[in-house]
Amino acid sequence: MTTADRLVVPGYRRDDADAHPPLRSPDYKSTMLRAPSQAPLLLPHTLTEVTGPLLGEGRVTAADSDLTRHAGGEAQGQRIVVHGQVRDSDGRPVPDTLVEVWQANAGGRYLHKWDQHDSPLDPHFTGVGRVLTDSLGRYRFVTIKPGAYPWRNHHNAWRPAHIHLSLFGRAFTQRLVTQMYFPDDPLFPYDPIYNSVPEAARHRMVSRFDLSATVEEWALGFEFDIVLRGREATPMEES
Amino acid sequence: MTYTPSQTVGPYLSIGLPWPDGPDVVTEGVPGAFRLHGVVTDGAGDPIPDALVETWQADPAGRFDHPDDPRGAVSGFRGFGRCPTDDSGRYWIRTLKPGAVPGPDGAPQAPHIDVSVFARGLLHRVVTRVYFADEEAANATDAILTGVPENRRATLLAVPDETGYRFDIRLQGDDETVFFAV
Ligand SMILES: [Fe+2]
Repeated sequence: MTTADRLVVPGYRRDDADAHPPLRSPDYKSTMLRAPSQAPLLLPHTLTEVTGPLLGEGRVTAADSDLTRHAGGEAQGQRIVVHGQVRDSDGRPVPDTLVEVWQANAGGRYLHKWDQHDSPLDPHFTGVGRVLTDSLGRYRFVTIKPGAYPWRNHHNAWRPAHIHLSLFGRAFTQRLVTQMYFPDDPLFPYDPIYNSVPEAARHRMVSRFDLSATVEEWALGFEFDIVLRGREATPMEES
Repeated sequence: MTYTPSQTVGPYLSIGLPWPDGPDVVTEGVPGAFRLHGVVTDGAGDPIPDALVETWQADPAGRFDHPDDPRGAVSGFRGFGRCPTDDSGRYWIRTLKPGAVPGPDGAPQAPHIDVSVFARGLLHRVVTRVYFADEEAANATDAILTGVPENRRATLLAVPDETGYRFDIRLQGDDETVFFAV
């Protein structure tokens, strides 16, 4: 093997058009001026793409995974435990990866200067959390169930309740931002963001009610597993 | 197994994603540090005030602090920058110019920084690459850059200015930035 051969590393599987929404989704009006009009060029996976930031240790405290306590008090709303496992598409757990979450409060209001939804802010809820996956790719945080909220995409538009999640994985290729929804939300048929995803893949964004994760007399439980891209087939090891 | 679908960061990403030290790939005062900065605009040419720009790059020796670098991880260089755009669509990071990283054929690539852009209205991140306009010789032999149609290549070049390099990102329209499928 030459030095150059050793520096060509196996890439990651390519993203799958059956999994992700098209950037241009006319029913979601903000895409119309923001989605690039030219097709993307294929980027080979070099070392820059198969590596990525492995950050989080030192950025996350135990308190960051409990969104229900802030400024000396407890948030209003239905307390929930959200947990799951982060794996790659080969089924391998993704350990020690940073999961960042943000969400609206129980009344569907974000703590943000642009959110003017006529619903009160909660002095004990900021809606920000972060957690690192453990050695088996598992994560768990405690929050309150966010409310649905109106937006101005079309007449009487409401977003189904959701929690925003951001993940780094272990490589630049694995970066993912998504939204976790709740089972059987009656707003699903009317939401152009949820429905931007190919129909067969939508259920992967919906958490599962998990009785075993509930905490008796304290909180309901939901499970949300996340799958990032796995490796391309690894070349045979030299014998 | 099938992937979890991507969704937009929405308009309120600044609640959850910015870090106080996000733009500091390196801290102020590090020799050679410069600002990489620019404006993110939409198809009407208007600045986008609710985008997030993230960067990932090698250190000045072309190495990564990552176990999958077959040359061995070098610790201490964060390599990652993150900055939400301001009300004028501007972002910035403070960094060092990356060294040469081996390319798809093993030959060295020109110095480059991988960039992800997230925003309301982007259902999936878009990815581009920063190259440096003052690296003409290296750019001329870079397999990826020279694979980009010549009339669009300039959209990938950061241009030197008084604080470092300017790299604007045009999501759509005339002079649309070249984006890559990773
Ligand atoms: Fe939201």
